[in-house]
Amino acid sequence: MNTPAITQAENRPPASSSIDRTTREGWLFEAACRAAAWSSFAFLTIILGTIFFEARGALSLRFLTSFDSADPARAGILAGLWGSFWMILLTGAISVPLGVGAAIFLEEYASDTWIVRVIRTNLANLAGVPSVVYGLLGLAAFVRAFGLFDKGGGVERLTGLDVEAIVIAGIEINLPFGRSIFSGALTLALLLLPTIIVASQEALRAVPSSIRHAALALGATRWQTISGQVVPTALPGMVTGIILALSRAIGETAPLIVAGAFTYVAYAPGGIDSPAKLVTDPAGILKAPFDTYTVIPLQVYSWIEKPQTAFHQLASAGIVVLLSLLLVMNGVAVYIRYRSQRHLKW
Amino acid sequence: MSSEVAPARQPTSANARMLERRWTGRRISEWGIQSLLFLCAFASILTTAGILFMLVSETFYSPNPSDPAFFQRVSLGQFFGDSAWRPNFEPQRFGIWPLVSGTFLITFIAGLVGLPIGILSAIYLSEYARPRTRSLVKPSLELLAGVPTVVYGYFGLMFVTPYVIQPILGGLLGLEVEGRNALAGGIVVGLMLIPMVCSLSEDALRAVPRSLREAGYALGSTKFDVSVKVVVPAAFSGIVASFLLALSRAVGETMAVAIAAGIRPSLTLNPLESTQTMTSFIVNMTMGDVEAGTMPYKSLFAVATCLFLITLVMNVVSQWVMRRYRETYQ
Repeated sequence: MNTPAITQAENRPPASSSIDRTTREGWLFEAACRAAAWSSFAFLTIILGTIFFEARGALSLRFLTSFDSADPARAGILAGLWGSFWMILLTGAISVPLGVGAAIFLEEYASDTWIVRVIRTNLANLAGVPSVVYGLLGLAAFVRAFGLFDKGGGVERLTGLDVEAIVIAGIEINLPFGRSIFSGALTLALLLLPTIIVASQEALRAVPSSIRHAALALGATRWQTISGQVVPTALPGMVTGIILALSRAIGETAPLIVAGAFTYVAYAPGGIDSPAKLVTDPAGILKAPFDTYTVIPLQVYSWIEKPQTAFHQLASAGIVVLLSLLLVMNGVAVYIRYRSQRHLKW
Repeated sequence: MSSEVAPARQPTSANARMLERRWTGRRISEWGIQSLLFLCAFASILTTAGILFMLVSETFYSPNPSDPAFFQRVSLGQFFGDSAWRPNFEPQRFGIWPLVSGTFLITFIAGLVGLPIGILSAIYLSEYARPRTRSLVKPSLELLAGVPTVVYGYFGLMFVTPYVIQPILGGLLGLEVEGRNALAGGIVVGLMLIPMVCSLSEDALRAVPRSLREAGYALGSTKFDVSVKVVVPAAFSGIVASFLLALSRAVGETMAVAIAAGIRPSLTLNPLESTQTMTSFIVNMTMGDVEAGTMPYKSLFAVATCLFLITLVMNVVSQWVMRRYRETYQ
């Protein structure tokens, strides 16, 4: 944006003190702006530097393959790793279909009726609700089910039965869900929903309407147009947005603490503590979503809160693991965006 | 062409009308899909309804008479009149002010740190930076935005307090600095706000049409004049909205504050002391197993109601500013 006008103004020798002051003002302001912009780079470097400096020596294969322990020399992140794995899988399975469906409705079907306006305003406001409030919703609605299944609660009064669990396809599901991964995943799914909807809406909006018109003109129905043309075209944008949203969920701590994650867990959900067991132990897979759990950032938090400095080292090692996961997910998102832009034809 | 299409568009015979209204399988499935997608969109309304029901039924009025809500046990006078917050020890005290003062102290410090840096970065990126600089600064802002909040808390506790606040305020000025203090919490939350303020403000600055800048240059203004006296005022509503959104995020920020600023509720404005915010109270309280129906459990929701109302007001005002004062350009 260097127009000739200003280059001249800046290079002109100062004719009077007022011009001198003006140039100095301009120079100072630009320097302040430049310092501010580069400060974020500096902060990032200092933050990462501190973490990696603290984590040296604590990072090892043993750290990745052992459970938490009261002895810092033997404690590891395995429970958190598996907890985060199940958490993201379930959160994605719940929030992605809901979010993408909502985005398709709002972008492709919705006309300007009052209910659509209410949904839009509501989405804008939901995005600003603090995450701990979602955590409390998870605690009240999913962990406790508003007390409906308690002794003397609504279900017992209505049916006369004291329902504690329900068995579906051989899996025993506690009612209410209690402090399980499933409760946490439902909570995070609600938290992510506005983000996923907005990201998917943007991707859908970027699809040129000529594609829709062409499909409709060939006699395709609305849904055929959307499922056959619009969504496939918008897919890379959607996937990028969804991965970024899910990577935010990996770092979320507060709502999961409130919604009942545990700080000290020395087992993997469902007893699946190695990738091989995902194949050999199908019963464990079905049990895992309803097991108690911890996640990586919560494990980190519990180590930070301990007085011994050895645990603080473990915390920074845990942060390194967390950041690596985020980096991988962001890398995938960036790669998908790059690839889709390369093949863009219109 | 119109003479060929017109008859088909105006079905006059009964046969044609039936053809249009018949519920074929495809039409039913189209209708079914649309309804299903509507239900997905409706889930967001259910979420809001769930949040409101939970907050109201635990805070103001409980539908279950054997399990009264917070304000059916604690008077509003006590809530706003008492100076101590101690829901989990006897004698219980339920004065919200220590938590509110802690929250606003942290938000104020975070604003002092994050807003100026954020807006100056935005001006730099939109008005001064060359594409190459931009391609270096922008990703580091995005990475900063992606760092989980526990990491900021850890950074505040392990770096900002011992290596920045202690040597300067404790060592040089001889002030007493606690290991966990509001200043460290505020600073790290401020760092967290930078990417948000910067990206929202930059969008607002970029939306200012080029013609306004060129008019400024044509009148002989310097780049400083154009940036500060033309572009920033033109993007003012967007900038204010970004400030409000950022501050509301600072109010709702949890983990960084819980780690760096501590968990002791105290009615103080001394930034070098430990303090507790509304959010860190909720997290700290739920770390243990809180039994449903007890006063500590109810107090969680009372605090959450306050938090929800404060952030809601800030968000609504920000949206209103955005709409009300938006300059429209063609």
